[in-house]
Amino acid sequence: MTSRRRFLGLAAGALAAANARAQLDPNIAVKRRIALDSAIAKVTRGTALRQGKVKLEVPPLIDNGNTVPVMVTVDSPMTAAEHVKAIHVLTEKNPQPYVLSAYLGPRAGRARLATRARIADSGRVIAIAELSDGTYWSQTVSVIVTLSACLEDGLI
Amino acid sequence: MARVAVTLPASAKRGEVIEIRTLAQHAMENGFRHTQTGELIPRDIITRFSCSYNGVEIFRAELHPALAANPLITFTTVAAESGTLEFRWSGDNGYVATYSAQLSVA
Repeated sequence: MTSRRRFLGLAAGALAAANARAQLDPNIAVKRRIALDSAIAKVTRGTALRQGKVKLEVPPLIDNGNTVPVMVTVDSPMTAAEHVKAIHVLTEKNPQPYVLSAYLGPRAGRARLATRARIADSGRVIAIAELSDGTYWSQTVSVIVTLSACLEDGLI
Repeated sequence: MARVAVTLPASAKRGEVIEIRTLAQHAMENGFRHTQTGELIPRDIITRFSCSYNGVEIFRAELHPALAANPLITFTTVAAESGTLEFRWSGDNGYVATYSAQLSVA
């Protein structure tokens, strides 16, 4: 049986959670974009990002944001002289932009990576490839998420 | 004991590109969720994954909370010589899982 004290404790906890939601920053969208831009700058160390070479495959309409298949393929011969050094996957609307950073080399044979991500809300997903010649290539895909990951926190 | 599953061919031709699929059983608690009473559930995820082929590291990944539970990582490698592939996952709260597989190259 729930005692009065326990009920009050639970009610206070629920109120605190509601309060946290009410205190969500109204500029959250701008902050997320800045977080993504700074994450990209950190990954590329300030080098300009070029479009092309990278193929990012994400379903355009996501029923369940908790498990989203993500596949990245980079057009590269994967030789000792010319190969992909790293592949980074980032998202725009998650509390943190990073999803996965993979480091590979000529021994991979093929620059292909597949994984499963959590995506909190409709927005951009970005794959960035770092090549051995120091250039960075990327592809951006916009996705629509119907059931969000981390929904209960109102973090979106 | 943490459960992991790795799929790769048992044998391959020399120079062939083989696909390796790895899966680790882990909740990947992202650290942004709350309990019903409003307490934050602490983060508990796998943070690093690496694969070495006869002692040489061929693939490494940094995992973040935005990876789905039971993280799946699929990558490729060139079958260079017969030997052992060692897989290692490590993460929060001292989580470590290892797996090793044999590959025979003809």
